[in-house]
Amino acid sequence: MSIDMIDAATADFRDLATEGFDTGRHLAHATEQADARGYEDFLIVDIDSHHYENEASAEIAEFIENPIIRHEVKYQGISRKGITTGFGQYQELGGRITRYPLRKSEKVPPHPHRDITLMRRWMDAMGVDVACMFPTPLLNLGLAPRVDLEVELAFAYNRWLCETILQEEPRLKSMLYMPFNDPDACLKTVEQFGDKPGVIGFMVTSTRYRGVYDNVYARTYRALEERGLPIGFHTGLGGQEPGLSLCNRFLTLHALGFAWHNMLHLSNWVINGIPERFPKLKTLWIEAGLAWLPFLMQRLDNEYMMRPSDAPLLKQKPSDYIRQMYFTSQPMEMVDNKRALELTFDMINAETQLLYSSDYPHWDMDLPSTIYDLPFLSEQAKRNILGGNAQRVFNLEPVFSERKLRRRAEKAMRAAV
Amino acid sequence: MKEVYICRQEEMADGNVRILRVDGLEIGVIRHKSRFYAYRNLCLHQGGPACEGVRMPGVFDDVDEEGRFLGQKYDEDDVHIVCPWHGYEYHLSDGTNVCDPRLRLQKFEVSERGGNVYVSV
Repeated sequence: MSIDMIDAATADFRDLATEGFDTGRHLAHATEQADARGYEDFLIVDIDSHHYENEASAEIAEFIENPIIRHEVKYQGISRKGITTGFGQYQELGGRITRYPLRKSEKVPPHPHRDITLMRRWMDAMGVDVACMFPTPLLNLGLAPRVDLEVELAFAYNRWLCETILQEEPRLKSMLYMPFNDPDACLKTVEQFGDKPGVIGFMVTSTRYRGVYDNVYARTYRALEERGLPIGFHTGLGGQEPGLSLCNRFLTLHALGFAWHNMLHLSNWVINGIPERFPKLKTLWIEAGLAWLPFLMQRLDNEYMMRPSDAPLLKQKPSDYIRQMYFTSQPMEMVDNKRALELTFDMINAETQLLYSSDYPHWDMDLPSTIYDLPFLSEQAKRNILGGNAQRVFNLEPVFSERKLRRRAEKAMRAAV
Repeated sequence: MKEVYICRQEEMADGNVRILRVDGLEIGVIRHKSRFYAYRNLCLHQGGPACEGVRMPGVFDDVDEEGRFLGQKYDEDDVHIVCPWHGYEYHLSDGTNVCDPRLRLQKFEVSERGGNVYVSV
């Protein structure tokens, strides 16, 4: 055995004791994955990512029209969070996920807005070209007992997002927050923001107590359908649910809660015949993973066959309607279950209905390689799920990252030589 | 096999990590309680930089002989390498994953001679 000596002068060292946090460096391995897999050859769209709007609380407060609520938000911020918050919200894993505590120390230039810089950094690192961004603590706003607060804050957040972020960066999109506790305000939201640059649909947070079948939403659903704008249901923890409040560990609450809230609304959506009443309304279910879908398809079909009078509007089985809906991929359950995952993809027509999502920067984020490395998908299916399906569903202009365009040009030059 | 000089022993404080890139491999050299460990900086989950996160003692549920839960406690003798991307945990002692021992960080031999620290690659 020969031993070659390499000294510190020739080796490539990094000393973590002196290194600050930087998103690009944090995700350097994701960049290597992107380069190795040739992501520059196709569009990648991330349909569920997040930013921390609570860090811009003071800015958003200036967009609130009601002076009392504006003052409250200025004083308290959008979220207190922390371990003492109810319902087990300690998703930061006690400092184990380092981007949570270190994020605030990351240096950014004064322009553009900090959120644009941070979004671009992780998108470039992962190979994502276009990202649909959602808020973080505001995903719980539907549980606020004050409906006027939800409406005021929703309009302020939407205006801030449109004017400060979306119109400045064509790679960033959003399905805007709909204040679902006030049906009239939902319609107003669609009418006021439906044509704004970067708005590709509207989002309902799933942790709330309004039935999606209520007639008061008919005008909103019709308005979305007429504009060709999808409605998305973004799920959440929902630890306030009496049953879920028994979850004393974040793991159980997250595993059950995120699936439960979308199961609830999707079941009501299908059995009440919403897809028959609004046949062109595209429906997207966000951040619940995929494992719940085979369960629900089997369960609803079985009961529908015995109780058609409970769902007389249906002309197909519940699973047939579900197969026409769209789903985001993360958090994709993929530990020791390749056969189950393949069956799930087959059952939901993943090749045309599944939309890649990272959920970055949250703790359970998925890289594009979670899709790209699946052995049972064709190259075309991978590209559909990673970007093509989203491009079709949201009618997106394919805007590629500058990094990818550079790599393409370099590749073309090499080929020409 | 190559032997890479890392540093003088005293140059790395307890708890610090240095990331070495050599021949396309990223290796995390970790100093913990005066001992040095070296593992490939690549998580078996989604390829995260496993050695760039925190090291934390393992957590256990303290259950008495009658099956009653007495609280969660740290096992200070079983320190874990925690991948900063998603929290996958590996035993610092041998690199095996805490939940599935079939997953194991690639380990590299560390030697200390004359006050110098070397890693064999």
